[in-house]
Amino acid sequence: MESPLTHLALVGTPNSGKTSLFNALTGSRQKVANYPGVTVERKEGSFVTPLGRQISVVDLPGTYSLRGRSPDEEITRDFVLGRAKSETPPDLVLCVADSTNLRLTIRLLLELKNTGRPLALVLNMFDIATRRGVTIDVPRLSEALGVPVVTSIAVRKKGTADLLRLTDELLSANPSEHQSTWQPLTVPELRATQREADRIIADTVSLPARPDTWTSRIDAVVLHPVGGLVVLLLILFVMFQAVFAWAQPLMDLLSAAFDALGQFVHEELPGGLLQSFLQNGVISGVGSVIVFLPQIIIIFLFILLLEDFGYMARAAFLMDRIMGGAGLHGRAFIPLLSSFACAIPGIMATRVIDNRRDRLTTILIAPLMTCSARIPVYTLIISAFIPAKDVWGVVNLQGLVMFGLYAAGIVSALGVSFVIKFFMWRDYQPAPFMLELPDYKMPRLRSIAIGIYTRAKMFLQRAGTTIFAMMVLIWFLASFPQPPEGATEPAINYSLAAIVGKAIAPLLSPIGFNWQIAVALIPGMAAREVAVAALGTVYAIEGGKEAAAQIGQVLATKWSLATALSLLAWYIFAPQCASTLAVIRRETGSWVWMAVTFGYMLALAYAASLLTYNIAVALGAG
Amino acid sequence: MTENCDTRTHLPLGLAKRGYSGTIQHLSASGAGSSLPDAELESRLIELGFVEGARVEILHEGIVGRDPIAVRVDNITVAVRRREAMAIIVA
Repeated sequence: MESPLTHLALVGTPNSGKTSLFNALTGSRQKVANYPGVTVERKEGSFVTPLGRQISVVDLPGTYSLRGRSPDEEITRDFVLGRAKSETPPDLVLCVADSTNLRLTIRLLLELKNTGRPLALVLNMFDIATRRGVTIDVPRLSEALGVPVVTSIAVRKKGTADLLRLTDELLSANPSEHQSTWQPLTVPELRATQREADRIIADTVSLPARPDTWTSRIDAVVLHPVGGLVVLLLILFVMFQAVFAWAQPLMDLLSAAFDALGQFVHEELPGGLLQSFLQNGVISGVGSVIVFLPQIIIIFLFILLLEDFGYMARAAFLMDRIMGGAGLHGRAFIPLLSSFACAIPGIMATRVIDNRRDRLTTILIAPLMTCSARIPVYTLIISAFIPAKDVWGVVNLQGLVMFGLYAAGIVSALGVSFVIKFFMWRDYQPAPFMLELPDYKMPRLRSIAIGIYTRAKMFLQRAGTTIFAMMVLIWFLASFPQPPEGATEPAINYSLAAIVGKAIAPLLSPIGFNWQIAVALIPGMAAREVAVAALGTVYAIEGGKEAAAQIGQVLATKWSLATALSLLAWYIFAPQCASTLAVIRRETGSWVWMAVTFGYMLALAYAASLLTYNIAVALGAG
Repeated sequence: MTENCDTRTHLPLGLAKRGYSGTIQHLSASGAGSSLPDAELESRLIELGFVEGARVEILHEGIVGRDPIAVRVDNITVAVRRREAMAIIVA
């Protein structure tokens, strides 16, 4: 007979080492999804106890209390109370504590006792506590609290053996549930609970006289008002370097591999629809997604390392006031920075922002950061239309325009963030910056590897399917109907894409776009840089991306300067990236936010192009 | 105000300079100027360990307007903005 599945829930304060304990228990047997209707990550895993019990364990969002002051904390509260829809109430709640810092967790545990759920306290990172001179009288603590207490070292092999044994013991004893007497604590009750917690700790724990010297030494540099910013900039520089330089060879390799595979299919199959579908739809569609994988892995490697080490909270501390001016949270800094490489890992990285609205704002503005896929388009147009002369003797005009495009992206992102805060969430109280700065800890490779693995898997599985479907759709639009016999123009000019392009061309003519641009914008939805190759196709230039210089020469004769400038303005804002939209849909768990992003970016792009075109024409560049 | 205060004057932690160390006398959320309702601010401060009698020390301050501040509260370090720290009365 198969034993029934037992449900466990991990509860703890942020920084309690809950996630590393979760990783230690479940290894790679994890599923990451969103709770229905909210942008909160739901992490579930499974393991088998020494007695062969099948356990499903959920890592609940970190919280200091059960008051539920944010969507994340509401999930934790509802889950523990058994109120969460479509969730099995946990058979056992494990309250995870950082052994070096028990005050806040003991208070949380006293509150959890009121829920009536079977409960145990896990003293995690017990090795670090012992090394720092913290001594805990475990049996006495257990007696004072009235719940079983077990020690664990999540990062060590066998470090969870005691916990597994206790889990078996507690579950075999068939723990009985009590009626929940939980009520949200009033301020005096909260204070009384903290006093009670402090009394129990004074009775059972002896603390060392000195704080962790390593943490103070590192913080003396890292949180220094000037030195701290220098360190932050250095870390960012290395991160940028890694994302652009280290990822590039891998990306080139992947890209070349998919090209070769496409070429192989091209040669092996007879010409026709199947060949085109496999080569241009499936292989290049899948390839264009997988090519982002090295960047995603590298960005998450940095983010998880910095998070595990304890630096992320410090970066937020340093950036808080600087970002706060635009209504952004200090933690939005890293995701927005990552978006300069690519909005996809940037948007995925917004998971470090706990507050849902702060996170949504960051997701909405991330695509405005100038990502690397815009560079080919910018380079093409700038080199074709902007003379390479020096201004003020020192600055190259082409470089200046490029810089201006980057700056326009940043300024508009800050502006949009400001507008969002002002109009959409005016009633919303911004989360005040109150954050624990945890002691530094050596990051553990196993935990980081599991983190990267789950992110990469999620990206490939979930975003991959949506992105792939969009790629196939775009291929379909660009390939059907087939050109008639004896057609003289490029095939795309007979397709649905051309029909749509010509149909929307009148809408785009006020901003100076001709129908060829309109047609190229449709395959350009697959990825921004594809528009370059598409323009080449539309103007019937052989050689694809490699012929960029040639395309530039043709464009310079066919477009006015005003049209070129208008297209540059368009590319700063336009939501020209199906993958980004798919990731926004996935990360926010809603089509609405994807539509909002698409809509506002499209509106901004149109307005910016309209303005640019008309001003340029008025100045005589038409 | 508590009875057992010594000769040191009470002041809000939000006005203290880097290197200041003292003991929390009481919390007074009203008039701190935080965007949070008083009870909510007080709850959050208690949840981070800011309770009467706790030892506090300002370890670091940010670069813009010396804000936020990193405060040692007994044996943990917490970052808060000065505005919220105005609710913590120390001596």
